[in-house]
Amino acid sequence: MAERYELKQKEVWDGNMAAAHALRQAQVDVVAAYPITPSTPIVQNYAQFLADGYVDGEFVMVESEHSAMSACVGAAAAGGRVATATSSQGYALMVEVLYQASGMRLPIVMTVVNRALASPLNIHGDHADLYLGRDAGWIHVIANNPQEAYDMTLCAFRIAEDERVRLPVTTNQDGFLVSHTAQVVEPLQDEDAYKFIGEYKPLNPMLDTKNPVTYGAQTEEEWHFEHKANQHKALMESPEVIKEVFDEFEKLTGRKYNLVESYKLDDADIALVLMGSAYETAMLAVDKAREEGIKVGLLMPRVFRPFPYNEVAEKLKNVKAVAALDRSMPMGTTGALYNEVAGALAANGQSAIMTNYIYGLGGRDTTVEHILEVIKETNENAKAGKRVTPLQGFVNLRGPKLSFN
Amino acid sequence: MATPKEMLTTWDKVQFGAVLPSFEDPERKIRSKFHSYNYTVADWRVEKPVFNRELCIDCDFCWVACPDSCFEVEEVVNKRGKKQAKIVGINYNLCKGCAVCVDVCPTPIKSLLMFPEYVDNDEALKQWPKKD
Repeated sequence: MAERYELKQKEVWDGNMAAAHALRQAQVDVVAAYPITPSTPIVQNYAQFLADGYVDGEFVMVESEHSAMSACVGAAAAGGRVATATSSQGYALMVEVLYQASGMRLPIVMTVVNRALASPLNIHGDHADLYLGRDAGWIHVIANNPQEAYDMTLCAFRIAEDERVRLPVTTNQDGFLVSHTAQVVEPLQDEDAYKFIGEYKPLNPMLDTKNPVTYGAQTEEEWHFEHKANQHKALMESPEVIKEVFDEFEKLTGRKYNLVESYKLDDADIALVLMGSAYETAMLAVDKAREEGIKVGLLMPRVFRPFPYNEVAEKLKNVKAVAALDRSMPMGTTGALYNEVAGALAANGQSAIMTNYIYGLGGRDTTVEHILEVIKETNENAKAGKRVTPLQGFVNLRGPKLSFN
Repeated sequence: MATPKEMLTTWDKVQFGAVLPSFEDPERKIRSKFHSYNYTVADWRVEKPVFNRELCIDCDFCWVACPDSCFEVEEVVNKRGKKQAKIVGINYNLCKGCAVCVDVCPTPIKSLLMFPEYVDNDEALKQWPKKD
């Protein structure tokens, strides 16, 4: 039996430590991981907990991230609770197996610390890896600070393992900005956290030798479409489960999470849509802008996949202009968040003026002033009643002004 | 014997996660429709193995090596009074024509050889290579 970890009411943890403690409290059976900056401390801390007797599980050392996720798939198919952590290049190497995990409906939890993708090499935070895994059939949950990194990881197990979902989940936090920023975190005690997550219930475990099953069967043109549609349906219907889990989590901790988070959006004329740590920076910018008389609000999809498009459209019903801020270079089009939000509005017959901003690549600073500038430009669009600023702008980019129309 | 076409179903009824059980009832060992025993891959075959009883020494290598359990056997008692499996033929409903049996056949002139699908078995036996 694992030792009980003594936790204070309030702990000072960075995002990595918060995620590692959540994995420990979930009493994961198998963690197979290949450490990579900036998520290394998740793996390191977890291994330390295990070595110190706080976890009854296995830590599998592997030779690459592809092997890490492959080992996770194997362990999850065998019938265990499985988790791992990665970032950036490691995530990219995992991608092939991410699709396998979701297709086999294995409820693996991956604590991702978002980092830029090379080349050029960069270890700092942006959402390039999150966007890379977008279509992999995983649920992607976003955390903006260490407290949320902890909470979302606990919730992730519940969401993934629900029999109506049975899909893998990533929890995402910004590299260094969240993962290495120590803040006050209010953890649950071990027994309360485990009670919330619950015992793992295996489904079709391969280690049940009396009832052998085949994982990873081949399906050609007669089958593949039906399986993928079935999987897609599980993703599309998962928001119900996510809401239930968030409600239950609120009852336990008093911390309320929603499919779509918003800030001062009720009376807003313009809105900014963004995810990750910059959301909190934008809160300060919104307060400043409101002092200047600009009625601005914020919106963040808590889950990037399944994308809560109807909820987003509902929240943006009364705004005149929307700026979607993407922390990843879309390379040849508008940003993914812009596309999602524009699609959501169009589908609901709404016609707010949409613009797209690319910001914070490779950990580039995005300050309150930068976001204030975006707010002011968006406000110009709202006042003019049509788009007068470029379709795509770049925040805090050095050099002559770059924009696309 | 179910062919892939006969097993077709709709998106709401497909096997969860494409995880296929071997048994419908594991307690009573009732095979599921996904069990390879109930599944034919004979339509993959372009060449067939032909069995020559005259040359066979009943080593049963082919019976062991066949991935689709094609070889039909009969229980006989040999000269020393011991039970032995006598190979009597090939079930072409199961054979996918992989030729592993031909590969493992140890007789000086093979007792199993691959022939095009359209060649009649009796005709194939007439074409069998002879000892020099």
